[in-house]
Amino acid sequence: MQHRLPTADFAVAAIVALAAAPAASLEGDVGMHDPSTVIQSEGHYYSFGTGGGLPVSVSNDGWVWRREGVLMEGLPGGRAGEAVLVRGGNNTWAPDVIAIGGKFFIYYSAPGQQPKAAIGLLVGTTLDPASPDYGWQDGGPVVWSDGIEDSNAIDPGVFLDPNDGRFWLSYGSYFGYIRLVELDPATGQRLHADEAPLDIAINSEASIIIERAGWYYLLVTHGSCCRGAESTYNIRMGRSRSVTGPYLDHTGVDMLRGGGTLFLGSTGRVIGPGHFGRLVVDESVEKFSLHFEADLDRGGISVLDIRPLLWRDGWPVAGENLSPGTYAIESLRTGTALELAVEGTPVGGPRGRGGARGAGPGPGGGAGAGGGPAGRGATTAPPIPPQTAAALESNWPAGPVAARLSPFMLQAQQQWTVAPIEGDGYPGAPYFRIAIAGTERVLAATAGRELEVVPAFTGAAEQLWRIEPLTDGSWRLMPKAIPGADGSFALSAVGASKPTLEPFDAASDRQRWRIRLP
Amino acid sequence: MSRATAIWFALLSLPALATAQQGAAPVPAASLVRPDSRDRGPDADGFLQRWLILEPIPVDARLTDNAVQATVKSDRFPDQLTIVPKDGDEVTIGEDTLTWHAVDTLLYNVNLFHFARSRGRPTSNVLFWAVTVVEVPEEMREVRLAIGSNSASIWWVNGEEVIAIYNDRQSVIDDGVSDRLTLRRGRNVIRAAIVNAGGATDFCARLLDAENQPVTALRLTL
Repeated sequence: MQHRLPTADFAVAAIVALAAAPAASLEGDVGMHDPSTVIQSEGHYYSFGTGGGLPVSVSNDGWVWRREGVLMEGLPGGRAGEAVLVRGGNNTWAPDVIAIGGKFFIYYSAPGQQPKAAIGLLVGTTLDPASPDYGWQDGGPVVWSDGIEDSNAIDPGVFLDPNDGRFWLSYGSYFGYIRLVELDPATGQRLHADEAPLDIAINSEASIIIERAGWYYLLVTHGSCCRGAESTYNIRMGRSRSVTGPYLDHTGVDMLRGGGTLFLGSTGRVIGPGHFGRLVVDESVEKFSLHFEADLDRGGISVLDIRPLLWRDGWPVAGENLSPGTYAIESLRTGTALELAVEGTPVGGPRGRGGARGAGPGPGGGAGAGGGPAGRGATTAPPIPPQTAAALESNWPAGPVAARLSPFMLQAQQQWTVAPIEGDGYPGAPYFRIAIAGTERVLAATAGRELEVVPAFTGAAEQLWRIEPLTDGSWRLMPKAIPGADGSFALSAVGASKPTLEPFDAASDRQRWRIRLP
Repeated sequence: MSRATAIWFALLSLPALATAQQGAAPVPAASLVRPDSRDRGPDADGFLQRWLILEPIPVDARLTDNAVQATVKSDRFPDQLTIVPKDGDEVTIGEDTLTWHAVDTLLYNVNLFHFARSRGRPTSNVLFWAVTVVEVPEEMREVRLAIGSNSASIWWVNGEEVIAIYNDRQSVIDDGVSDRLTLRRGRNVIRAAIVNAGGATDFCARLLDAENQPVTALRLTL
């Protein structure tokens, strides 16, 4: 971290965020810099950021966020202990958090005059300030830099290796190296403190290690922060078969020599991504937390975000939420597409045969000859316009209609307009309304755990859809709730023509869908 | 001749084709045999291999949703949605007398082309009715009927319509699948109507449990 926003500026920025919350990113008070990895605990999601006392951000659903005090309020004395202040300084930046063995360990940056800095530890048993057990113990400084050595001991990132249970802390920022030390998972304190930390990268900050399928990935942030839309922050990565490295990028350059494959740069209306954190939501559903230095839709303030994390060819890939639009929703298992169960009309009307123009009903389904396109014998013909529900809906039943799967034929009853619903969501995305394009008819779950398309959107939970990519890039669709049914269910292709709702099974392709432009 | 061409040809020449097929010499059905036992189980994958099938009824076999519903639900013989026939029972439709035949299929599917041809009956522009009786030892909840058919078909379990699939299509295992249903202890009647426009025609059917695994603990009785 080269420079930080003063806390007062940050508070002003947060107020601006309240006034302008776009539907396409997190809602609520999302102003934040240097967020910790988002963590779920006791029905809430938490992230902690840079600022006086380490500001706490909380969300009930992972989508709508609010600020709730600072971590240091839970520490006796309300500030870092003397040992931390002596080794580092009286700033509180860029924490990271992890839950191990019934304890929460929060590591935070306590810089003085950089690169003199320390990383302090807070230990607690709950993240909920309303709990009678809430409170933090000062774990003192875990690592530090003396201002002379090639290290700047800030920006902690913690990693518990699922393969062997070993616990690691990476840290550092531009002055010298990104370093790695091993921690005691029982206490959060450093192991082998008499050994020198291991250097694993340079020219970066905000490091963190993640693991998948026997590969270790080191994610860091390159570029400069803290200058709004001028910030060049971008997230880069390398991988290794060993947690201790060497971490090589996709071209084989060691991150100790400045290597790093781009994971995410500026995109859309947000500039300067940094401070990656992995959030495993479900088997085959992963997200990552980060901040953007400037959200142009929120006046250029720094904001927390949560985005889909995909995996491709052995590398993490930054995914995106579904953009509002009109789509075909096609089963990966069956290759058939979700549709309103009504009799389809061929686009352009029934096709004529033997060279004649179609003699069947026209695109609107009405009687009369000549409505269809030219037949096989024709050599030229005018373009056929897209089929719309407006021309056909009067032929459809007015009440609820079943949903089914059919080969996608570009027909109106097969095209779904997906739109976010404000004020309600899940980690990193809002619930969506899924409607037949050009109509008010929306997809809904039934009490029998089946599907129907109802005439109008009421906002009921069975009409709200959680749509998120799986790690392979296919999509999972889940109703927020099903009347009278406990648990969560996903849209499932139980047959080539039959969609239903079943518990999500990551090992099956029944609940994997391709959402594509029609 | 391509399949599409064959279908189109069949559509154009319905009356002549039906007459010609009806007059054709029967060809033994390689995939079908007469049952030699009172009851039997499904195969290892749960496919129901014993059926009573009515000789095909000539129809104008249009395969769109509304056309299939109209074709199937037109009253053609008494109690067509409730009858549980016996082997050899006869049905009179107009001037034609059609017979119910008990068959066991040697395959996972029931080849209706084989069936009709073996009786010297038409295979295109026809409506088939098929019935089987499934006995289960205990009530089974959260079961689904899962079928495939060439071409369109409508299915009932214990008198309730549970599946309808339309248009020109090939038999695909677990194509049409019912909502979750309950099989009552003892006898359960599964009924199907299959409409074929032209070319090959067949169906397959099995029951799936709550975990989508084939139900094999059942008996098929005649």
